[in-house]
Amino acid sequence: MKTLFEQELKVVNVGLQSFAANIDAAGGNATHLSWSPPAGADAALGWTVANMIGEPMIEEANRTAYERYLAAQPRLTDFLLARDAIPALTERRVLHAGPPIAWEQMCGPQKGAICGAILYEGWTDTIEAAEKLAASGKVLMEPCHTYGAVGPMAGVISPSMPVWVVENAAAGNRAFCNVNEGLGKVLRFGANSGDVIDRLKWLGTEFFTTMQIAVRGLADANLKPLMGQALHMGDELHNRNSAASGLLFKRLTLALMDSKVDGAAAKRALTFVARNDHFFLNLSMAACKSMSDAAHGVAGSSMVTAMSRNGVNFGIRLSGTGDRWFEAPVNPVNGLYFPGYTVNDAAADLGDSAITETNGLGGFAMAASPAIVQFVGGIPADATENSRRMLSITLGSNPAFTLPALDFGGTPAGIDARLVVDSGILPIINTGIAHKKAGVGQIGAGITAAPMECFSKAIAALAAALHGASPPARAAS
Amino acid sequence: MTTRSRNYPNLYKDSVALMTVSAKIMAVPGIAAASVVMGSATNVANLAEAGLGNFEVRPNDLIVAVSGVEEACDAAIELADGLLSAKVRTVPQKDSDARSPITSIQMAVAQDPSNNFALISVPGDYAAAEAMKALRLGMNVMIFSDNVTSESELLLKKYADGHDLMVMGPDCGTAIVNGVPLGFANVVKRGPIGVVGASGTGTQEVTCRIHQLGSGVSQALGTGGHDLSGHIGGISMLHGLHALESDTNTHVIVLISKPPAPEIAERVLSAAAACAKPVVVIFLGADPAGINRKGVYAAGYLAQAADMAVALSIGSKPSAEPIAVSAEVRSRLTSLAQAMPPSQRYVRGIYSGGTFCFEAQLVHAASDIDGFSNTPTAGNRMLANIWKSQENTIIDMGDDEFTQGRPHPMIDPTLRNARIRDDAADPATAVVLFDVVLGYGSSNNPVEELIPLINTANADAKSKGRAIAFVAHVCGTDLDPQDRGKVIADLETAGVLVATSNAEAATWSSRIVAERKRAKS
Repeated sequence: MKTLFEQELKVVNVGLQSFAANIDAAGGNATHLSWSPPAGADAALGWTVANMIGEPMIEEANRTAYERYLAAQPRLTDFLLARDAIPALTERRVLHAGPPIAWEQMCGPQKGAICGAILYEGWTDTIEAAEKLAASGKVLMEPCHTYGAVGPMAGVISPSMPVWVVENAAAGNRAFCNVNEGLGKVLRFGANSGDVIDRLKWLGTEFFTTMQIAVRGLADANLKPLMGQALHMGDELHNRNSAASGLLFKRLTLALMDSKVDGAAAKRALTFVARNDHFFLNLSMAACKSMSDAAHGVAGSSMVTAMSRNGVNFGIRLSGTGDRWFEAPVNPVNGLYFPGYTVNDAAADLGDSAITETNGLGGFAMAASPAIVQFVGGIPADATENSRRMLSITLGSNPAFTLPALDFGGTPAGIDARLVVDSGILPIINTGIAHKKAGVGQIGAGITAAPMECFSKAIAALAAALHGASPPARAAS
Repeated sequence: MTTRSRNYPNLYKDSVALMTVSAKIMAVPGIAAASVVMGSATNVANLAEAGLGNFEVRPNDLIVAVSGVEEACDAAIELADGLLSAKVRTVPQKDSDARSPITSIQMAVAQDPSNNFALISVPGDYAAAEAMKALRLGMNVMIFSDNVTSESELLLKKYADGHDLMVMGPDCGTAIVNGVPLGFANVVKRGPIGVVGASGTGTQEVTCRIHQLGSGVSQALGTGGHDLSGHIGGISMLHGLHALESDTNTHVIVLISKPPAPEIAERVLSAAAACAKPVVVIFLGADPAGINRKGVYAAGYLAQAADMAVALSIGSKPSAEPIAVSAEVRSRLTSLAQAMPPSQRYVRGIYSGGTFCFEAQLVHAASDIDGFSNTPTAGNRMLANIWKSQENTIIDMGDDEFTQGRPHPMIDPTLRNARIRDDAADPATAVVLFDVVLGYGSSNNPVEELIPLINTANADAKSKGRAIAFVAHVCGTDLDPQDRGKVIADLETAGVLVATSNAEAATWSSRIVAERKRAKS
């Protein structure tokens, strides 16, 4: 207390506003909080999280995790068929977006995408048969995240699909993501008609062999600088990837020009890339996954290393709680719809693409991409404010991803679940909106937030893990 | 059903902007379908499929197409035109205009690391967690909230003590730190006397008195009402004592509490005796003999603690004599008492300050005046019904039962005033004794409604052949936001006897009641 006597008294006022007003009137200095009960008004959890604030073991673990995240150097090192990249995919197994979910519970687009993958793999000849097979339990379905992979929307990866291989040069861990098929009727929105399967087959054959040569011949495989550059060109690398797709296109083109690939095949592959402004999304996601995974697995860390949705539940993982998912029903998306569609047509929030927000991109980098706020009727100042607000719930900012609108400060990165629970500020997520019926495709885009319940559960589990790991320094009531 | 369209050659807008316009024109009543798109092949095909018309593919042209009732179509096309040609919206220039509110202590500290103190007045269920966060961020804490569990209080205080921090509270109403009044506190000059108080109004009384004596207060720290219980063990009072001992601006220390648990009292008094600075102790109602020791001076009542501390601060010998009533006042009290008819026998003490109520009961008990209270002490008994006075009654209207769902009487004296009115109307009432507490946190106009009420009561009593003695004490200073001089003048004009301390007011009251007792017997 006595050191306070030699300082200027600066009061944080929590509660009655008149007390702050009185302090100011008396010539003192008070900051009044816009307080509401933390942890969703769960007083017991509020006490738990209070006892985790500034806890040296957690601080140290978070420093370690965050440094590993910052040190990660994602490089696009290869383009492989999924079964060659992910050993577990040799069986009849498909990967899907989000936390684990049983076939019966899956939303329309995810079921449609899995049936499409079954057709694509040739495990059945008709959609009806594919549905039966899927329902029979004879196709194993597991989250992409379980195998270091990610996929947008339905996020379905089956053994014969090509995947981008992104390697974190700093730690050697690898991450995988499938190929972006473009907009419209595509597998990731649950479409599985003949043209969708045909496109997948082309992607898995001619495009695959061509792009593998391009990727292996890249003069510069580093993704981090490319992503940093794209942020300065108006992308936030989740809902906007126009700039990054263009930058990647240039690299791929140069690589193919130096190769002996058939000119017509190269032209078809590059044309496909050029026509899709979202092409880079899947690489952004793989790069993010490789950076998050680098931070995963530090005992005691409250840093969020995955956020993902399976169309029913939103799930998160913490660095310090291993492979456990902490789930809650997804929040609705506040967005705009393509002509002819309304909120009634929308599937619930879906996809692994929130890995970008987990890494300080997407909604967290909104200041880089002011146009995105128009999805919710906002103005550029809102975009800047969104990025700024996210700084309140992150461990720091990433100097590799800077935001001109924030005076070239880094994007807020490394979500600290403690801060989410304590402040009530939820991570913002930019997202596309799928039609709830399989095969219709994307019907809009918008902004949503990760549900508080995920973070509350994660904090409770981390607290339990900490008390289990070592005798508690203090008894918690 | 009509369709309408408009073409804007070479006008590029990104799809998000276009979707915004689409959504707005879709909302025009009578519109069935609407689309605002760039004329790419895919979009042109979609327009045709949606029955909005067949368009030539021109990727750099912007197309607005609608279908619906004719007038609606025209209105929608015009609306779209307006939106597409809209001027840039003015955005707030200052960042702070758009800045999000600060919702947590950690956010406040992240924004300004020099934040060093948390004042917490949220509901008790959440107060301990807020306090723990503040402590873990290295801040000292004052918890105004009550209803914090004893277990939580102990955890907080142990954590704080281990990190050289202080927890003032829970249930700490008053503090003055570095000259800044916190919670319910008065504006007092700074000076050589440091205070650690377990009682809010007790601290207010002592600090105001120090100010009135021309001295000043270095720091006035609170501990909350449970600190000196056996369970907590006086952690905060001991911390405050040591902090003031090492504070160069503090020369004399005052400790204020109701009598602590005996073993805790001994612990505090030992620490006080070991302190290098003189310590005045007021444990209300405790035997001074058990307190006095080398360097430790027991005061008999709150105001006396201030008198003794000021004396010690200027090197004089402190006096612990009982309160003296001047001959002039004595004769005034006697003539008042003698003017009363036999029915008027009792004191009705109606307090907003809990410690004032406690002290008033002690003073009356010392004159063998026993009675009732909602917070009985000194041999008094519990009221049968707290809403109704019986015989001698001295009540604390700031206590929980009176403040459920209502502001504290120091903030809003309405309920307290009503009780004064009721008791003044009771033919058995001889004295109405009350406190008026000034300072930050208290009502800005504490006697505005009380004065007319007293005037009415006096007129009413007179018409019935009675004369009520109103006796009051105004706790405050001339620097408080309320005008202390005017408050006292208004009370005196209404015939209220205004004492200079709570103990003095209670003493005057007890003289009148003793007089009435004698008259009866």
